[in-house]
Formats: sequence, C-alpha cells, structure tokens
Amino acid sequence: MTNVQLKILAAKARLGAVIGTYYAKSGHPGGSLSAADIFTYLYFNEMNVDPQNPDKADRDRFVLSKGHCCPSLYAVLAMKGYFEWDELKKLRHVGAMLQGHPDMKGTPGIDMSSGSLGQGISAACGMALAAKLGNNDYRVYTVLGDGECEEGQVWEAAMFASHNNLDNLVVIVDQNGLQIDGTVEEVAGIEPLDKKFEAFGFEVEKIDGHNFDEIAAALEKAKATKGKPFAILARTVKGKGVSFMENQVGWHGKACNDGEFEIAVKELEAQIAELEAEI
Amino acid sequence: MADAVCKATRESFGMALCELAKTNKDIVVLDADLAAATKTSIFQKEFPERFCDCGIAEGNMLGVAAGLAAAGKIPVAASFAMFSTGRAYEQIRNSVAYPALNVKIAGSHAGISTGEDGATHQCLEDIALMRTLPGMTVLNPADHYEMMEATKAAVEHNGPVYIRLGRLAIDSFNDPANYKFELGKGITLHEGNDVAVIASGLVVNEARKAVLSLESEGINARLINIHTIKPIDREIVIKAAKECGQIITVEEHNIIGGLADAVCEVTSSECPVKVTRIGVNDRFGYSGPAWELLEIFGLTEKNIGNVIREVVKG
Repeated sequence: MTNVQLKILAAKARLGAVIGTYYAKSGHPGGSLSAADIFTYLYFNEMNVDPQNPDKADRDRFVLSKGHCCPSLYAVLAMKGYFEWDELKKLRHVGAMLQGHPDMKGTPGIDMSSGSLGQGISAACGMALAAKLGNNDYRVYTVLGDGECEEGQVWEAAMFASHNNLDNLVVIVDQNGLQIDGTVEEVAGIEPLDKKFEAFGFEVEKIDGHNFDEIAAALEKAKATKGKPFAILARTVKGKGVSFMENQVGWHGKACNDGEFEIAVKELEAQIAELEAEI
Repeated sequence: MADAVCKATRESFGMALCELAKTNKDIVVLDADLAAATKTSIFQKEFPERFCDCGIAEGNMLGVAAGLAAAGKIPVAASFAMFSTGRAYEQIRNSVAYPALNVKIAGSHAGISTGEDGATHQCLEDIALMRTLPGMTVLNPADHYEMMEATKAAVEHNGPVYIRLGRLAIDSFNDPANYKFELGKGITLHEGNDVAVIASGLVVNEARKAVLSLESEGINARLINIHTIKPIDREIVIKAAKECGQIITVEEHNIIGGLADAVCEVTSSECPVKVTRIGVNDRFGYSGPAWELLEIFGLTEKNIGNVIREVVKG
C-alpha cells in the first residue's frame, strides 16, 4: 500500500474516531487521533491478520495498552473488514459491540481487553512468551501512551520482556506529550524515555509517528533485531488532523458538540478529498 | 484407608501440577520469586521449559498470565495469597476476570497459619477479594488428597480459578480410595441434625475432630466441607439450614467476605437461620507459631467444640 493510500485510511480512521465519540457524546478523541497513523500502518501494511478468521492461531497480535484510544482503532478494524463501519455510531451505547474500552469477548479483531493503564503491555508479553514456548513465529505489537509510562507495571513488563528475550514483541509509545492533568513532563516527567527503555534492555528507535516511511523503517528494524525486545518511541501530535484539537490538553477525553463536529468532519473530509486527488 | 499423610497443601499443589503437566502440554507455571515456598519449584524441576519466574512483580505476572491464556496456554500464576490476590487484584479484575481468561491463580501462605511472618503476610482477605469477581471460581481445599483433586479440577475447568494453599503441614483425613471432588459440590463428612458445621480449608479437620469428640456428649452435629466457596453448593447449605436449624461456619479468613458471608447469602434468601461465624474477627494477625496462633484465634478443635456445645445447648 502506498503512503497516500495509507494517509487516506488514517484520515478516515480519524474521521471514524470523531464520529464515534460524537455519537457517544464521550470518549477520547485526542489520543485516538495521535495514534491513528500507527494503527493504520500496523493493520494495513504490517500485521499478518485475517478479518474473515479473526482468531486464527498464527496471526500477529495487537494489544492496545492505552485502551481509551480505541475509537480510531475501531475505525481501522471496520475498514479492514472486521465489522461494519456503522458500528462506530453505536460506540459506548447500551448493547453496543464497541465498548468504551476494548473488549476481546465482544469485538472481532480485539486480541486483548484493555483500558486499565499499564496492563496491556504485560498481556502482550504473555502472548509473546506463548509464541516462544510454542515455537510459533507470530509477532506481538502493543501501543502505549506516554502518560501510561508513569505506571510501574510498564517497567515490570519491560524488565520481563528483555529478561525473556522477547524479540517478537514491539512496544510502540504514542508520545503525544499530553495527559489529563497537563503535559507529561509537567505532571510526572518520564524523560529520557529512550534511555529508560535502553536501560531496561530494549533496542530503541525514535520516530515521527505520523511519517509512514519512518514507521515502516522502525518496524523493519524491529524484525531484524534478535534476542531483545524493540521499542518505538513515536513522537506525535495529540488531536492530529483536527485543527482545534491539536496539542490541546482539553481534548483528551471529551466529544465534539454539534458545531465542533461539523468543523472536524469538514476538515477531515477535505484532507481525504485532497489525498484522493493525488491518486 | 490409606495412610494419613501430613503435608502442606502447597506441596500437594506442586505435586499435582507436575502430574497434570505430564499429559497436558498447555500448562505453564509462573511464580514471583517464591517458587520454593509456593512449591511450584516441584514443577520447575520437572518442566523447566514451561516454568517462568516473573520476579517480584506480581502485577505483571498476572498480566503475563492473561496474555498466555489469550494465546491458548493454561497459565498457573502462584505467589503468596497476599500478593497474588491482593497486590495484583486489579490486574486480575481487568485483565483476567473481565475477559474470562483461562488463568489459574494460586495463593499460598494464606491465613493466620502463615505464622511467624506476621500480619503483612497472613492474608485473611483473599477469598473475599476473589469471590467478588464475576466468573471467578474460588477453591479452598482441606487436605492433601483434596488439593490433588482440586488442582486437577481447576486446570480442567475453562475459566479463571483462584485456589488457596496453606503453608502448614496438616494431617489428611480424606480417604483417597473413596474421595471424589466435584467442583461446586460440598461434602458431608458427618451426619447429624443438632447443628450444621460448615467449614472450609485447613480448619475442616479441626472441626471434624470437634464434631467427633462431641458424639460422646450426645451432640450430633452435621459437618460439611465446602472446598468450592464460589460457586457455593446452595443445595447442601439450604438442606443443612432446613434440617439442622442452626449453622456454624468455620474458616481461617476474616469473618467478613469469606465462607461465612457466602453461607449467609444463601440462607438469608432461601432459609434464614442463625449463623454463628468462627473466623478471624475483622482484625489483623501477628507473629507466632502457626498452631499457637490457630489456638489463640479460636480455630482449633477446642474452641470449635466449645462453640458447637454452646450453640446446641443454647
């Protein structure tokens, strides 16, 4: 898939996140938009998965450790064919397939229930260990928030991953720099994150999380790295793609009102039209 | 009857895992730097390739277990009950119980009989914590033979299970020739209609000795062993309430949240009777030799007998 095609899909994933949270009147658009390019690349250009057979044993696994950013992941899964796009409009509604945080029991394509920060990376380690024990060659990908890295469990898991030589595990940190109470550095200060992961035994690559060439190169490097886990620190813009949400703390966990929704949809549709014109 | 063995249920658990792993290739055992104490070391020695020490990081261990289960393995995660259920409670709640993953959680050194380590290690709340989680099966076996069978049942059951292990070596009382473990089914160890004594875990044998010695006084107490605290055997509890009219619960756990509450939840809705609760009375323990503590906390034959006598004689 070309970069332009990926960009279109990512813009549509952002649109899906805006639509989903608007109809839900709640949810987390900021981090959904920052991670949209990563989700898009993983599902359309990287992972061995089959929407027709979501539970096939040798598939690559994905764990959204920052579970609250599921709206754009759901949009990517819908585009990939796991379920209908219109499910997004029922996000967070009573009886909906799409829960406020990922639910592996109810949603095709979701490999692990998540939402309590710090836990998804441990589950991803467990999946990677299972692959090693069973001599399976599937790979496990997990996306964490940078604020999430304040959880002690992330570092327990990081120690575990390198101690057990989980070179089939890729940890991607969506470094959008913001969390609920302010900037990550103001609230708790996790830098230098690259040195921390290195000290915990990871091979680390820092990239622009909106640049598909850099995402691709980092994932290739991860595959070539043997004997140790790989961390990709993806610098991103929270709220990316919607002008009034970009780099705004306030857009962590609230949905658009009617007027904001109209503007956001217009902006994203314009991006999509512009990209489609390039093809 | 075969010879009574004197063994801590943690050791029986380790032996059972080892036995089961010979035919079940999916079993993976995790520990948090306590393999020698929880006795998963027995498994480790035999199946080192299927054993993973997670270090002193129980939260991560339960998350790793969840991931292993999501990928089709049958992980058994062991530590002291205080840490496997207490420290990792929220990981169990959100990463294991909510997705109903096939994880077996073992809590060793449960109860006051942990002894000298004192209050921080004497977990008296594990059953309460695990019992509140939807879909969690809670097992509290009473002796060596029961633990062997309960471990097998836990591994064969598809879903999350908590199994409580004791540190203290105790005499077995079940007869392996006739013993049958059925998940969710209580076992009547002694017939009688004067009062129903419902016990669980290590104290079942103490209650058994008390009930037997009271026969000579003309007191015929029914004794029921509840190895599965959740789902509790409602039928056996209701029958006991109806036929005996009074119940005494005995457990090595806080009287809040454990066996006593599980029994009262059944009787209060189905057949309200007076329930006298023997257990640790909403307090923390302290250091001391196990049997001394059990005596002080009223969990041995003597006090159980006294309570039965008082309840029956009114």
